[in-house]
Amino acid sequence: MCGIAGIIHRGKTSGVGSEMTDMLQALKHRGPDSTGYAIYGGDGEGELIMRVKVAEREDMDKGSKIKFQIRDRIDQLEGIIREHATIKSKDQATDYALRYSLSINDKPTEMAATIEELEGVEILSLGRRLELVKDLGDAAEVATDYDLKSFNGTHAIGHTRMATESDVDIRSAHPYWAFPYNDISVVHNGQITNYWIMRREMERMGHRFMSNCDSELLAVYTAHNLTNGESLEESLTKSIHEIDGVFTYLVATRDELGMAKDTMAAKPLVLYESDDLIAMASEEVAIRSILPEEIDTYDPYDEEVRVWHT
Amino acid sequence: MAYLSDAELKELTQEERVKALGMTTEQLTGRSMAIEFDPEEEKRFTYPWAPDVDYNKRTEIDADNLTSTEVNTKLRSLMAEGYGSIVIRNPRGKHGLGVGILSRLNLIFEGSLGYFAIGLNDGPNVRINGRVGWSCGENMMSGSIVIEKNAGSTFGAAIRGGDLVCKGSVGSRTGIDMKGGTIIVGGDTGALSGFMMQRGRMIVCGNAGKNLGDSMYDGTIFIGGNIRSLGVDAVPAELTDLDKSWLIRKLGLYGMIPEKGIKHFTKIVAGKQLWNYDNLEPTEKKLIL
Repeated sequence: MCGIAGIIHRGKTSGVGSEMTDMLQALKHRGPDSTGYAIYGGDGEGELIMRVKVAEREDMDKGSKIKFQIRDRIDQLEGIIREHATIKSKDQATDYALRYSLSINDKPTEMAATIEELEGVEILSLGRRLELVKDLGDAAEVATDYDLKSFNGTHAIGHTRMATESDVDIRSAHPYWAFPYNDISVVHNGQITNYWIMRREMERMGHRFMSNCDSELLAVYTAHNLTNGESLEESLTKSIHEIDGVFTYLVATRDELGMAKDTMAAKPLVLYESDDLIAMASEEVAIRSILPEEIDTYDPYDEEVRVWHT
Repeated sequence: MAYLSDAELKELTQEERVKALGMTTEQLTGRSMAIEFDPEEEKRFTYPWAPDVDYNKRTEIDADNLTSTEVNTKLRSLMAEGYGSIVIRNPRGKHGLGVGILSRLNLIFEGSLGYFAIGLNDGPNVRINGRVGWSCGENMMSGSIVIEKNAGSTFGAAIRGGDLVCKGSVGSRTGIDMKGGTIIVGGDTGALSGFMMQRGRMIVCGNAGKNLGDSMYDGTIFIGGNIRSLGVDAVPAELTDLDKSWLIRKLGLYGMIPEKGIKHFTKIVAGKQLWNYDNLEPTEKKLIL
């Protein structure tokens, strides 16, 4: 089933970490397996933020050997980082999840590609505004573990996952970062039926996939289109005809938030729009969790695409 | 009906063939209308275990800190005490509120509801001063539900009777599989509205999305605005004087008659070439399909 949510403030920043936590907690019944956030803070001009995981959470229960492996992986990871950047700060929310603030010397793409060759290491996000956090458990647990409630920013998307066609692990959790393109993330509710055909096509064009989750395709597909000069709105519109299946998905870039709904309108989304705030979620109850006063909301129709700017 | 040879029939369009063979939906729709206006109609059925409520006995529930189950349980206990007018405040988008009520009741929600609101009902009159999520009024059998704002998809799925009214716009698949009753929408409706509709009537004052009335067996859809496309076997039909008087009467009940009246409404019925109807002989079927 899965639950998705998005929020964007126009012309100001707000406590999007806390807001997204409330929204995702209200959607917990739609997906108890994992929770993920893609939050956009900062001004986009500062240091590069990299979120990375060096093991799966389930690995931590497999004995003490994993702790040595994690130490080795972090050493190797930081060795690669230092070849390309200066580490300004480092935080470790859990044994397997790290956040680096980097002053980069060259293009981050090359560094990201080298890092991802390390066994067990996956970059969750890379960008000047995007910070992507995902883990097993509900929103309250993840927000506490990663200290997300104090996060200020302009916009965010989030996801509560009910695993269907792939595993219950961080790799298969949403949101997906559009490797290796900075600051693009995707959450999705639905099922993509031409996933393998499209994935093969994308891989032939040189894109990489980290999981077998069909939702990752949307991130790669969007990044491919944006890199080829398309606007977010053009990419979302094109996807309705090129992607088969039932889906509603949200895409965030450094200063935009967009949504697309499939041709059957089979997956829900409720929208609230005011002059300075747009909130959307799979269910009204998520929007009500941050806007308890009486408001006007509506369901977007089939093949509807919308894009909002900060 | 004037006699037409096989060759002449083959020259006609599908819709003309259906009419020429006397197999238009008007016959069945007319029968539905006769039931609607039957002066000998029995009074509303009441279940023997239904509580005897008094409309003048009024109370309120604050749903803010209650779960959906707690609200519904509280509702039942108040009905058992004879309360006939109940106001529920702060529903805050909770799911499944006000379901399975099988007796008379005047129920008012001050705020918006989530999914599957007021489903499986047989009797209550409900007003929602807010919005509803997906599948409002599902399987409703009698009574009325009036929503002041918008509604989500599958509005009135499998409804069997009563009036389900949304003064705003609704999502996709409105009235899917409906088997009776009336759905009224003040604004627009999305794709596949009236999908596999079997009986009953739907009025949409605004526009309709694609595949309107797809695979409908019977029933009637009235659209006041534009229709993006008709579904399989959904065909336009003539808006009769009986239709017009019924539309005025029904929309008037809820104060929803459009400013420019109802003469511009389009009527959509089943072409009746998709399903296996008993009134067609196999040879006739072969001829028209």
